Amino acid sequence: MKKTLIGAAVAGLMVLGTAATAFAGSADGMKIALVGKSAGNAFFEIAASSFVEAAEAEGATVDVVYPEAATADAQIKVLDNLISQAPDAICISANDVNALQAKLEEAMDAGIKVSSFDSAPNPDSRQIFINQAGTKAVGQALMDAVCDLAGGEGQWAILSATSQAANQNAWIAVMEDLAANDEKYANLEEVPIAYGDDEPQKSTDQTQALLDNYPDLKVICAPTTVGIAAAAKLLQDSGSAVKLTGLGLPSEMKEYTGADDAHSCPYFYLWDMQGLGKLSALTTIALVNGDITGALDETFTAGDLGEYTITEADDGGTEVVLGLPLEFNEENIEEMAKLY
Amino acid sequence: MKQKSTLKKLLGSREFLLLVIVIAMFLIVSAINPAFFSFKAISDMMKNNAVTMVMALGMLCVMLVGGIDISCMSALALSAMSIGMLFKYGGLTSTILAFLIATAIGTACGFVVGLIISRADVPPIIATMGFMYIWRALGYLVSFGGEWAGANVLGDFPNFGTGSLLGLNNLVWVIIIAYVIFFIFMKWFRLGRKIYAVGSNPEAAQVSGINVRNIKLLVYTVMGVLSGLSGALYVATYASAQPNMNETTGAMDIIAACVIGGVSMSGGRGTVIGVLLGSFIMAMIPKALPLLHIDALWQNTIKGVLILVVVVVNAVLQRVADRNALSRREM
Repeated sequence: MKKTLIGAAVAGLMVLGTAATAFAGSADGMKIALVGKSAGNAFFEIAASSFVEAAEAEGATVDVVYPEAATADAQIKVLDNLISQAPDAICISANDVNALQAKLEEAMDAGIKVSSFDSAPNPDSRQIFINQAGTKAVGQALMDAVCDLAGGEGQWAILSATSQAANQNAWIAVMEDLAANDEKYANLEEVPIAYGDDEPQKSTDQTQALLDNYPDLKVICAPTTVGIAAAAKLLQDSGSAVKLTGLGLPSEMKEYTGADDAHSCPYFYLWDMQGLGKLSALTTIALVNGDITGALDETFTAGDLGEYTITEADDGGTEVVLGLPLEFNEENIEEMAKLY
Repeated sequence: MKQKSTLKKLLGSREFLLLVIVIAMFLIVSAINPAFFSFKAISDMMKNNAVTMVMALGMLCVMLVGGIDISCMSALALSAMSIGMLFKYGGLTSTILAFLIATAIGTACGFVVGLIISRADVPPIIATMGFMYIWRALGYLVSFGGEWAGANVLGDFPNFGTGSLLGLNNLVWVIIIAYVIFFIFMKWFRLGRKIYAVGSNPEAAQVSGINVRNIKLLVYTVMGVLSGLSGALYVATYASAQPNMNETTGAMDIIAACVIGGVSMSGGRGTVIGVLLGSFIMAMIPKALPLLHIDALWQNTIKGVLILVVVVVNAVLQRVADRNALSRREM
């Protein structure tokens, strides 16, 4: 009780603090450099433009820089240039976990604040990471979708990317843990995982085999953009009653998304890249203003996104988690397909 | 008497042995899982392997002259991505035009590869390795660095992949037509016979008045034509163009289909029927393994073992057949 009170008081002070700086123009004259993985990734650019918009609204100027190739070497060159220009902050989507450490430490020693989003360098190379959605939140959302689409009972399957894909395996582990331990999913039965290797051809073969092998199958969950699109097409073309969910790109899934029987996928998920860009901008500004230092359990207010608490990341560093993955269904797919 | 020797020739031929393997595989897998044996299952299997089956014909020509092309999947990606982006941003709507554009781009790719190999005498594996990177990178460039062209921008184009004519899927028709054309071309056309001649003995072919360089240019261009055509087939089949399409398997599945089908890596030997059966076996393996409930992690291992077993069995039987033929001649 005491703890929550103190927490609330601290949070209140923080709100006052940010509100006060906001009146003074919370980021007037601030210079931020945003470093991407490589030029021309449409998906990343959604986050980048949202970052720029949010930061400029606060009075900061943002320089979006891309390395000439999607390698750590190329990013080091970019960082070299940036350090000599001495911006107030660098926010980076790292091409390598460890290779940037020396350069980013050099930047921090020079008084530049370093935040990271989309893809994190190791904890020593950054002050804070802004994460789109925690592994647990994704696994939970997918498991709930499977349970909902299966009507609470019956067989379900996972169509993954490759057997060694780290992201997919982490989400699947959360799902399987929930399926095994939560009463809610006790009547669901998972069949062996199929791997489509992120190739449409193999994903199609594997989906067809799932249908042939398990006539009672109710739901397929494909936590990979290539797999879900291939499975969606096969299910829809063959008029199968099996329902699909997972992680996908709205523009790829538009033709297959809908609540009726003519569509194979009632709803699916993906990151909220716009929200991620905005939160990253506001977190970076808070870092420069000294509202936060990136330490565990600090809280701050990110504009109209609300209040955020800094938590421990999977890699041992600290992070801010945006929230749940975004759901795409027949209501918003039309509009979202234009974006992603 | 003549009839008997024809029968003997047929039974001793490599293609016949492959046919036995194909039928045996069909029977064994169907016995374990009946889902494997139905008209729809076979049609679906061909549909899902249309790209490999069609491109194996081009690889046959290339391998017949002793060459190899590992850039063909990148040429496929470039042509597929190009029409994908034209559908998305260029106002392209016509299915026929899309096929023509993709095929033209593939042809241009193949022609350039052929020029480098035939005129600059670069070893085919090196030259095509270079182009494997170049075409792939260009594919990423035209996709603005990784955009996809999905079902929502392709309009009516994917209908080609689902549509059918006389009860057969359009893609199955494309496969049949391609194989009939190549069967006739390779067997009865002068140009087809010249490809064999260059492969079995380039010097002799040169002396007998065949322009070996132009034949080499031709086979890589043919490979390019089929890569471009397959790029369009790919987009129609999966209603999606992605710059990394078939990047991991690359050309290996196509080369494997040819090798299983009895095409010699050193040139001169290989038939259209053999390639048809070889690519059928390559199509059956990934379709059959999950139906046999083989653990996902073992599937690629078993695929590799099966390829080797088929090739080794085939080579041993071929040697026996050759020896028999020789001993008969000695007598």
